[in-house]
Amino acid sequence: MRPILLRGGRVIDPGQRLDATRDLLLQDGLVTAIAPQLAAPDDAEVLEVRGLAVCPGLIDLHVHLREPGGEHKETIATGARAAAAGGFTAVCAMPNTDPAIDDPAAVGFVLAEGRRAGGARVYPTGAISVGQKGERLTEVGELVHAGAVAITDDGYPVMDSGLMRIALEYSQTFGIPVADHPEDLRLSAGGVMNEGLVATRLGLRGIPRTSEDVMIVRDLLLGDLTQGRIHLQHVSTAGGADAIRAAKARGVPVTAEVTPHHLLLTEEAVEAYRTDAKMKPPLRTAADTEALRAALADGTIDCVATDHAPHHYDEKEQAFDDAPFGIVGLETALGLLITKLVKPGLLDLASLVDRMSCGPARAFSLPGGTLAPKSVADVTVFDPAGEWVVDRASFYSKSQNSPFVGWKLTGRAKITIVGGKIVWKDG
Amino acid sequence: MTQRALALGKDLVGLEHLSAEQIQVFLDTAEAFKEISERPIKKVPVLRGKTIVNLFFEPSTRTRISFEFAEKRLSADTVNIATTASSVAKGETLVDTARNLEAMRIDMVVVRHWASGAAKFLAERIRSNVINAGDGAHEHPTQGLLDLLTIRDHRGRVAGLNVCIVGDILHSRVARSNIWGLLKLGANVAVCSPKTLLPPGIADLGVTVLRRIEEAIEWADVLNVLRLQLERMQAGYVPSLREYNRVFGVSKVRLARAQREILILHPGPMNRGVEIDSDVADGPHSMILAQVTNGVAVRMAVLYLLAGGEPEKAEAAKTAEGA
Amino acid sequence: MHDLNRVPIMDERAVLRAVGRMARELVERNAGTDDLIMVGVQRRGSQLAELLVREIEKAEGDRIASGHLDITLYRDDLRAIGPRPVIGTTKLPAGGIDDKAVVIVDDVLYTGRTVRAALNELMDFGRPSRIYLCVLVDRGGRELPIQPDVVGRHVEVMGDQTVEVLVPELDGRLGVDLVTLPKEAA
Repeated sequence: MRPILLRGGRVIDPGQRLDATRDLLLQDGLVTAIAPQLAAPDDAEVLEVRGLAVCPGLIDLHVHLREPGGEHKETIATGARAAAAGGFTAVCAMPNTDPAIDDPAAVGFVLAEGRRAGGARVYPTGAISVGQKGERLTEVGELVHAGAVAITDDGYPVMDSGLMRIALEYSQTFGIPVADHPEDLRLSAGGVMNEGLVATRLGLRGIPRTSEDVMIVRDLLLGDLTQGRIHLQHVSTAGGADAIRAAKARGVPVTAEVTPHHLLLTEEAVEAYRTDAKMKPPLRTAADTEALRAALADGTIDCVATDHAPHHYDEKEQAFDDAPFGIVGLETALGLLITKLVKPGLLDLASLVDRMSCGPARAFSLPGGTLAPKSVADVTVFDPAGEWVVDRASFYSKSQNSPFVGWKLTGRAKITIVGGKIVWKDG
Repeated sequence: MTQRALALGKDLVGLEHLSAEQIQVFLDTAEAFKEISERPIKKVPVLRGKTIVNLFFEPSTRTRISFEFAEKRLSADTVNIATTASSVAKGETLVDTARNLEAMRIDMVVVRHWASGAAKFLAERIRSNVINAGDGAHEHPTQGLLDLLTIRDHRGRVAGLNVCIVGDILHSRVARSNIWGLLKLGANVAVCSPKTLLPPGIADLGVTVLRRIEEAIEWADVLNVLRLQLERMQAGYVPSLREYNRVFGVSKVRLARAQREILILHPGPMNRGVEIDSDVADGPHSMILAQVTNGVAVRMAVLYLLAGGEPEKAEAAKTAEGA
Repeated sequence: MHDLNRVPIMDERAVLRAVGRMARELVERNAGTDDLIMVGVQRRGSQLAELLVREIEKAEGDRIASGHLDITLYRDDLRAIGPRPVIGTTKLPAGGIDDKAVVIVDDVLYTGRTVRAALNELMDFGRPSRIYLCVLVDRGGRELPIQPDVVGRHVEVMGDQTVEVLVPELDGRLGVDLVTLPKEAA
């Protein structure tokens, strides 16, 4: 593998409190040097990145790659490429496939397909319960041994508080977090969008914020009890953010993620029955997006995760009740957040890098999230001022179910480097 | 010739996005159509050659029959498609159904569907006129119009009247269409229901929430009593039909306490002894059969007003007529 | 207000004279007022029909039954029209029209299409023994083989002109004007 010298970029590495023009040298899959000026080794590939930002590779803790079982929506290969095109060097694949990733062979399959894909790294997660049925704990040790970086029943919550307690206790042997999709299914039953005036007008069943808040609070209380590592997925409510802030203050080992769409969109986006705005948890209200932005800024919420949920176009081309939940997010996340959070001054660029790279790496104890010498050579190069328009035709993902199509964005990934190898380059 | 040249659009999906003037045109036109059903030959040739499909994804007797009468009295050719009799049952999607209808060159579709937004979904995908005959818990605009017409017939106006909708507001498309129509025509609207059957944010639409049926009776000029479906009890929204009747049932004894003469509307089919007692349903203030009669006139008006028509030819036609 | 494009061709007295003569002609043709029914075509035909009923009552002492027809739903050009015209009311005498002599009264006879519609509509109400057509103005220009039985006045009309009958209820006066249409509307 040839060394790579990234010359003259604006290197942003929150871990080293660095935001300055630097050269960066990658050799043998590792970061080897970072300095104002570096001489290129003889055989090095030199990339002039003046005017571009260079940061530790972006990591998405929450993606649905649909394989096995949903290959018409996405495959591990297409998802890993879409991730790379969005500037992500690593993604965590959720286990709610068909069959669910609940045994070591399935974990091994995801890992192997991910390696073969040659895009972003694909880290498997394993199910908490066998078949994601919410009844019996999986062989967590076996899953971790096979390569799972966390356990989660995502797609579904762990409704049984007893099982959740056991998962939080048992997983401590292996040092992995337990991620939960917080939703009380009894309170959200039949719901397809946020409960409130818009749902009432459209005649759609609502999902109350409370259905999420009660489970977030439950998980946090179980954190008090067990001291197990909890990761709360796709937090969408102001109440949830407040509860997490309070729990962190009292020392609960909790991390949390928020999606770009819950930061930027409200229930109004569902107006006219737009199925590309149907997701779980549902888009909430302006008060929630404001609270979530504040929680992301103050670190209450550790990271941004896309909850990339590809669906075939004809699955979304249905009556609202019939359409599946979820939107794609890998290829729009960086541009959306630069445009809507960094440009208006709600978050500085270094903090965005922290929430998209360092925060996720810490939450799931993944390699990366830093450019310190000897760390893994996962690097994202992006143009913070590059303007583009979200276009279905340009997606690498197999699916295009995005409410952001047609949006004019600023900020775009240019080069994605995984383990010292360029896996994607714009243009 | 004086015309109210008011564009009504291609489809009738709901009353929420209509203006008061547009609603009045539907009602005034329905007024003229009432007489046709009293003729010896109850048929006019105005929709001759038009093909109308009644596409029902949900069982319905009254609404379908009412539409069918309206269509036949206007001389349209009609085809009925019900879920059990079509490929819908075989898992064909709504969009495929729409494309197939389009390919058969039909002029109008009357659609009933269990999903909110289904009528709009169809309307956006086919050139034919789409008339919503009830979509999920969203709207049932022709029911809303016929309720307005019935109130106007018997009270001479809608504006300024106190109208209370009683019952399962949460799941009711009739309630929503009524609320929009009544508010636009200037009525004071209230809803009365157990909180479990009240959609969140309903007061923000501009309606008053009354907790007890006694309060509603004291306040109202008109009660629109909705059907309480058995499923609601099974789903636990109310503990039993018996208790619902005892707490929310419209009975003669309760009506005796009314301040003024109250009109009683019910979209049917009724559960006698649940939301409404028989002596009220069959009593002198019951508008239930008038509603059924008006239903045909309203649907004739809607079909007539939406069918075909190329606006660019209207001027030429008017000039020729003027001679 | 003097409108150069509008020339009166019959004033109130002229119209009343014509209506008086038309009433006499109708009674004569029908050999009396037995079973005679007057049906005006909405809208100005209805007012003329009432004038005729009054004239007959003055002369014969009998008030004959009358009604009116709105032919909108029987028009042959509806497919081309949008937005839809407002529908007027149709009201025929309570005794029906079976075996009656029905007089269709209209203000102006032109293409004959309105009369065709009125005939079709009447037939849906029953089987009259005889139908007469009575118009205040025949301006020629027929497109269908339809001829009036009783006419108030024949008027020659140029291509850019039209005839307007005015009635007090709708127009504030009784009369007939010849109107030259502005170029763009012609």
